[in-house]
Order: sequence, then C-alpha cells, then structure tokens
Amino acid sequence: MSEVATQALKGGEFVIRESEAPSVFIPEDFNEEQRMMAQSTTEFIEKEVAPQRERFEKKDYAWTEELMKKAGELGLLGISVPEAYEGLGMGFNTSMLVCDRISGISGSLSTAYGAHTGIGTLPILLYGTEDQRQKYLPKLATGEWMGAYCLTEPGAGSDANSGKTKAEPIDGGKKYKINGQKIWISNAGFADVFTVFARIEDDQYLTGFIVDKGTEGMSFGDEEHKMGIHASSTRQVFFNDCVVPAENMLGQRNGGFKIAMNALNYGRIKLGVACLDAARRTTSESIRYAKERKQFDTPIASFGAIQQKLAEMSLRTWVAESAIYRAGQDIENNIQHLIDQGMEADKAKLKGAEEYAIECALLKVFGSEVGSYAADQGVQIFGGMGYSADYSMEAGYRDVRIARIYEGTNEINRMHSVGMLLKKALKGEIDLMTPAQKVADELMEIPDFSSGDEAGLLTAEKDLLHRLKKAFLMVAGKAVMKYTQDIEKEQELLMHAADMLMEIYVSESALLRAEKLAQQKGEAAAEFPLLMTRLYLQQAAEKIGREGREAIYSFAEADEQRMMLMGLKRFTKVQEPLNPKETRRRIAAAAIEAGAYPFNPF
Amino acid sequence: MKVLVCISHVPDTTTKIKFTEDNSALDKEGVQFVINPYDEFGLTRAVWLKEKEGAEVTVLTVGGAEVEPTLRKALAIGADNAIRVDQEATDGFQVAKQIAAVAEAEKYDLIITGRESIDYNGGQVGGMVAALLQQPFINACVGMEVEGDKAELIREIDGGKEKLSAQLPFVIGGQKGLVEESDLKIPNMRGIMQARKKPLDVRPPAETAPRTKVGTFEKPAPKGDVKMVDAENIEELVRLLHEEAKAL
Ligand SMILES: Cc1cc2nc3c(=O)[nH]c(=O)nc-3n(C[C@H](O)[C@H](O)[C@H](O)COP(=O)(O)OP(=O)(O)OC[C@H]3O[C@@H](n4cnc5c(N)ncnc54)[C@H](O)[C@@H]3O)c2cc1C
Repeated sequence: MSEVATQALKGGEFVIRESEAPSVFIPEDFNEEQRMMAQSTTEFIEKEVAPQRERFEKKDYAWTEELMKKAGELGLLGISVPEAYEGLGMGFNTSMLVCDRISGISGSLSTAYGAHTGIGTLPILLYGTEDQRQKYLPKLATGEWMGAYCLTEPGAGSDANSGKTKAEPIDGGKKYKINGQKIWISNAGFADVFTVFARIEDDQYLTGFIVDKGTEGMSFGDEEHKMGIHASSTRQVFFNDCVVPAENMLGQRNGGFKIAMNALNYGRIKLGVACLDAARRTTSESIRYAKERKQFDTPIASFGAIQQKLAEMSLRTWVAESAIYRAGQDIENNIQHLIDQGMEADKAKLKGAEEYAIECALLKVFGSEVGSYAADQGVQIFGGMGYSADYSMEAGYRDVRIARIYEGTNEINRMHSVGMLLKKALKGEIDLMTPAQKVADELMEIPDFSSGDEAGLLTAEKDLLHRLKKAFLMVAGKAVMKYTQDIEKEQELLMHAADMLMEIYVSESALLRAEKLAQQKGEAAAEFPLLMTRLYLQQAAEKIGREGREAIYSFAEADEQRMMLMGLKRFTKVQEPLNPKETRRRIAAAAIEAGAYPFNPF
Repeated sequence: MKVLVCISHVPDTTTKIKFTEDNSALDKEGVQFVINPYDEFGLTRAVWLKEKEGAEVTVLTVGGAEVEPTLRKALAIGADNAIRVDQEATDGFQVAKQIAAVAEAEKYDLIITGRESIDYNGGQVGGMVAALLQQPFINACVGMEVEGDKAELIREIDGGKEKLSAQLPFVIGGQKGLVEESDLKIPNMRGIMQARKKPLDVRPPAETAPRTKVGTFEKPAPKGDVKMVDAENIEELVRLLHEEAKAL
C-alpha cells in the first residue's frame, strides 16, 4: 500500500497510494494571471455587490439578473468556455477560482452563477452539436443569454431518472412534443435557454433537449418561497404540448441521464468550491465582530470558547481549500493529458472529470459541510445579533443550507462516492482487494510497534495517514466481504465509510499542501500550515475511529469484532498527541491579529 | 497622441504597515501591492483618450521585477504597452530622473503622474519630471479636456477650483475628478489575458543617484480608548474632559 506516486493519482486511488507533495497542486501555485482574475472577481463583488447586499434578502430577482449580466461583461461567465465560442478558454481550475470568489457574498448570486455556468452551459458545451454550440455558447459565455437546467420533477428528485416528462416524436421524428412538469428550476425567471430532460416513449433513460424561452407551450409557476437564497429565481416550469425541432435534441436519445450525471461531476466540485469564500467571509466577519464586541469588559475574541470556534472555522476552511483545488487541478491535468493523447477536447472534458467522480462527490459534501459549520458558528459568535436579520450572519446561515441539498443531496453523494469506489474495484480499475487483504492479514499478525521513527518533516503524520487508510480498507473490505452486492442496502455503513474516505482525502490534501509549502519556503514560513495539518489529522483520526467503530459494532461480532476494534485502535492511534487547546489558541491569535481569515493563499 | 502614465506600485490601503527591524524600510512580507490610487484615476483618463482619440498609452514604473504584476494590471485595464526601468525606487529625484530619461527618448505629448503616491506621499515626482523636461506642470488636476494640441484643465486649489489652458506637451499630477471613482475599471478577464501578450519593456536605468536617504520610520502613537458619553449627560462629559482628557 505504501507505493508512492510521483504522478497524479487516478480517481479514488488516494486510498491505496500515497502522493508526493510536489505532484499535487496547492492554491499558492496559482500564477499571476489567475490571481489577477481572482482579484478582479473580488473587486467586482466588493464594489458592485457587497454595498447593496441586503437587496438579495428583499427578493430583488432583477438585481441578481443585472449582476449576472455585469459578470458576463467582465468575462466571468465564460472562463472555461473555448475561445472559439467567445469564452476565455482557461483551464478548469481557473474556473474554480473565479467560482470561489464570486460565490461567497450571497447564496443567491452563487446559485444563479452555478446554475448558469455549470448545469446551464456545460451540457451544451460537452454534448452539443457544432450547430448547437455555435448558436448557444457565445451568448451564454458573454451573458447575453442566461441558462437553466430542468431535471427535477415533483416525483423525481434524488431518483432523477424516474421523471415523467415525455417527449413524443411527431412529424415523422422531425419534431418532439414535450409534456410535463419540472420543479425547483434555478434561474427559471430570467433564463433564455433551458436544458430539459424528458423521456421518449418507453426509453430506459431520459433524453436532453434545448428549449428556448418563449417556445409555445412553456409556462412558469410563481417564485418559490424559500428558506434562503431569496433573490435566486426558483420556479416550476410546465411543458404543455411544447414542440421543439429534432435539432434541439442534446446528445443521443436515451443519453440524457448520462448528460445529467456527467454535468453533475463538475457541478459537485464547483459547489464545494462555491462554499469556500462564504466560509472565509463568515470567518472574517466573525473575527471582526469578536474583536469589537465586549462582554465582562473584555472583547469576546479573548475568550477561549470563542477562540476555539475562530480557530476551527479557519482550520476547516483551509483544509477544504487544500482538497478542492488539489482535485480541481487533477481534473484539469487529466483533461490535458487525454487531449495530448489525441482525444477530442469535449470528450476529454467529460472523461477528465468522470475519472475523479469520487473526489467530486466527496468534496461537494465536505465543502458544503464546512460552509454550514462556519455559518452556524458565525451565528453563535454574533450571539443575538447573529439571529438578527439586520446582520449578515442570518442570511448566510439560511443561504448555505441549500448546499447540502442540491446537486445531489449529501446522502446521495456519500453513497455515490463509496459506491463508485467499489465499482472501480470490481471493474479492476483500482485494486482495493489486495491492500484490503493485506490489512486483514495484518490483523492476525503480532503488531509491529516500532514506530519507524525516522526523523523528517511530517513523518509521524504520514505514518498516521497511512494507517487511517488501513482503517478504511479494513472496515470497507470486511463489510463488502460480508454483504457482497447487498452492501448497497446497508446505507448506514456506506455513510460511515464515506466519512472515513472523505476525512482521508481532505487531511491528506492538507498534509501535502503543508509539506509542499515547507519544501518551497522553509519550515518556518510554513509554520501554520504544518500546525494545522497536525491538528486536523489528529481530529481526522478521532472521526475515522468513531465512524469505524460504529460500523464495526454494526456488522461484526465476537472475535471478529474484537480483532477489528483492536486493529482500528492501532490504525487510528495518534503517537504524540498535539495539545489542541494551545494549537487552536495559536491559530486564533493569528486570525485575531490579521483581523480576518488569515490563511489566504495570495 | 502619445501618453505616458507613471504608475507607482504601493501597498494596498488596508495593509497593516510593519517596518524592518531597524525601522529603516517597509517590511514587504505578505503585503498586497496595488496601482497607486491617484495614478489609477490618471490611467483611466488616459484609456479614455485612447478610446476617443486613439491615443497610445504607455505605463511606466521604476522598480525591480516585483512591480511587474502592477504594470500588467495597468495593461489589463487598457494601456497598450509598459516600460519598467530596472532600478529600485529610492527617492523622488531619482525616480523623476529615470522617467525624464525615458520621456526624452520617447517624446510623449502628455505625461500623467499621480498627485502623490500613497506610500511615502512625497508628491515630488510630477513636478520634477516637468522641470527636467522643461514642461509645464499642472498639479492636483481634477479635469482635463484635450483638443488637438491644446487642453483645458481644472486644478483643485484651496477652497475652490482654477481653470486654465495649456499647450501640449505637459505633465499633470492627477487625482479623483480626472475621472470619478465609479469610472474606474475592474480589469475584465479578456483584458487580463491580453495583458500577457502586450509588450513590457525592461530598460536599464539611466545614470543617476538618489539625493536623499531615509533614516528611520515611525508610526503614529496608537489611538487611546474611546469613551462614549450619552448626549444628555453633559455633566459626565465635562467631568471627563476635565479630569481625564485634561482639555478643560
Ligand atoms: C433552491 C433549489 C434550487 C434547485 N435548482 C435546481 C435546478 O436548477 N435544476 C434542477 O433540476 N433541480 C434543482 N433543484 C432540485 C434539487 O436538485 C433536488 O431538490 C435534490 O436533488 C433533492 O431532491 P428532492 O428535493 O426530491 O428530495 P428527495 O429526493 O425526496 O430527498 C429527500 C430526502 O431523502 C433522501 N434520499 C433520497 N433518496 C435516497 C436514497 N436512495 N437513499 C437514502 N436517502 C435518500 C435525501 O438525501 C433527502 O434527505 C433545486 C432545489 C432547490 C431546493
């Protein structure tokens, strides 16, 4: 299992192989041009959006639309659309960076942006015919037209393929007549282009269609009353004998579900990145408030209970950022690699992200949960003012809640991530069984307690990470052996396994980032990254231990249970525990001194 | 028309300023640098001249390689080309000499500097450049309309405004008013990508030496605590002013 890769790993492979720090991308690697793009995006938000932020809460949908048009003028809507279609043709991770910076101010803008650039534009980019691309992409990339994506139906949410919307071939197949009802359609109120999924006859899967606004037979429900993202337009869309020409079919007949799922790979990791700046902003505002707010004659920022929160918010945000951009660059590099090998660009874009579908699902979950955590703690730090609609914490708290629901609920994504890993193993794309068997054998052996105490940077942490992977392989391996195909029905176990997998990926990403920074700038300059890595890994070990134990109690008995619990204890043991209180105080001190989230990469 | 905009590379206004251990220089670690805000008004005005009159806009900074991102940002905003004079900027005189040397060779019709830079606030460079080139200098310039080789200008003076006319070439020290805050452009993505392809010419410095040398810097004393007194409570206010502030 301790094979070290000098090249990027395949999707999901992180659980059986180690990566070398120089081979992973860290946010500090963004070049000057990418940084300038990020700064422009931030400038746009600070100048044009932040001063009028309350308009979002007043359900000013027109303002969201206006901001989207302005974003279009700045070029923010076509970052990775090819130049041939009036986009900028930048790589995937650049589009992630821009998405990050535009999304933090409000869930309303974030949703409009995500729905337009992600699910609204990507299916046409990835599956459209040349004519469809010529017709739609330039206008979508520049913001002249807005996009929406109609998959969900009242009876078909998580089970998206069960939709009842029908597309009936008419005029000898020259046209299709669409009938049905879509619900929860973001941007519906102002979109010009709708990607609609419907079933032709009794096909097994859905088929995609592009429907232009104003097509006869298409109508809309009222704006939904939502908990948050108040200025994101969300409506039902009805199709009543809505006729579209056959040229508007997107991709192959019966191929729509695949389109929907592939667009989601991108959508998921993008949603993860979209939560980052919200977490940073919440953290920064909480730090500022905590420095100003006095109780007992003391700024609340000097209370340990508050510092603990500030540190933890900063830490998790930093870890999420490390993981999300690592995967983002892996996807970008993989696309380039496939193109270099002769694959067509659009196909490479599909395959490039599909390879990392496991990471995309995990990072959607992690990003949205870090965002939610920060929002919740932010409210708490603001106390009563956190609960007041006159302060930003309240809206942020409501807005971020949607991130755990759309683009596949976090439950669906958890199950999906483990499910895909097992599928890759079954298909022989990743050899999980050999390392899992090795771990199983190791359980029977006399444990090797020599800590292999080589000196070296992060040696103990790497050893711990290596063991955490064993913990996952042990639990998942045994569970699969016991339930075989029926593991799908043991959702609780899949949830535990997904959490273990997620913690492994994100803590490894933190470790690699700290190590790379230390290699580049020296250990002193990487003081906080190293410290945060140690603290986070320690917490990850606790979580993995807890999830693993719950799983083991749930499916193993007697001797097997005892043996696994002993193994788990060994695999999750932190050799030299770090003092978490002191470490968090140091992180909090850095945050308070900076007066804002202190770990921005540039 | 050839326009030169002199760009100073300065710490962002929100920077927490720290000095090196002996207080003789700014500690640049972790500092975000930006285009000097006064220069940005001038740059934006120059880009208008480009859009309306077809002017060619050059931006120039005297400094080491670390100032190049600032120059490229100016290119992204719309300048046509950039010059970096490869010398550490130490005092106003030396910077003015370098700018004048470039201007002697390039013969600009209009040179725009900022009224001052927000880092060291010397406010000298524009005037010195004008003197070295023997050209008029219009400082604190808040309005400029160019027509052929003539220009109508507005200067901000104490308590009012001064309108004047001048013939090109000349040097201005620009500020807000030249264009408004809302006219400042956020570099768009395409501009940023084009900036990579625009020429950035690194020139060896002309022979010159600074005439002043900084000894040490000192920060203002931290502000004392603020006490809020209820508007109704005049007695308490008087007591505090008397006993604590010792102002009465
Ligand atoms: C504001 C907003 C904007 C949206 N925008 C769009 C859009 O632009 N386009 C679009 O097509 N859709 C959109 N959606 C729809 C969104 O993707 C769905 O709401 C989401 O996929 C969940 O589906 P559902 O609401 O039917 O919930 P359900 O599928 O009914 O889920 C309810 C609960 O059951 C759980 N669950 C469901 N299936 C399983 C299972 N097999 N195993 C275990 N647990 C399960 C879920 O995790 C969840 O906790 C939007 C939704 C909202 C609220």
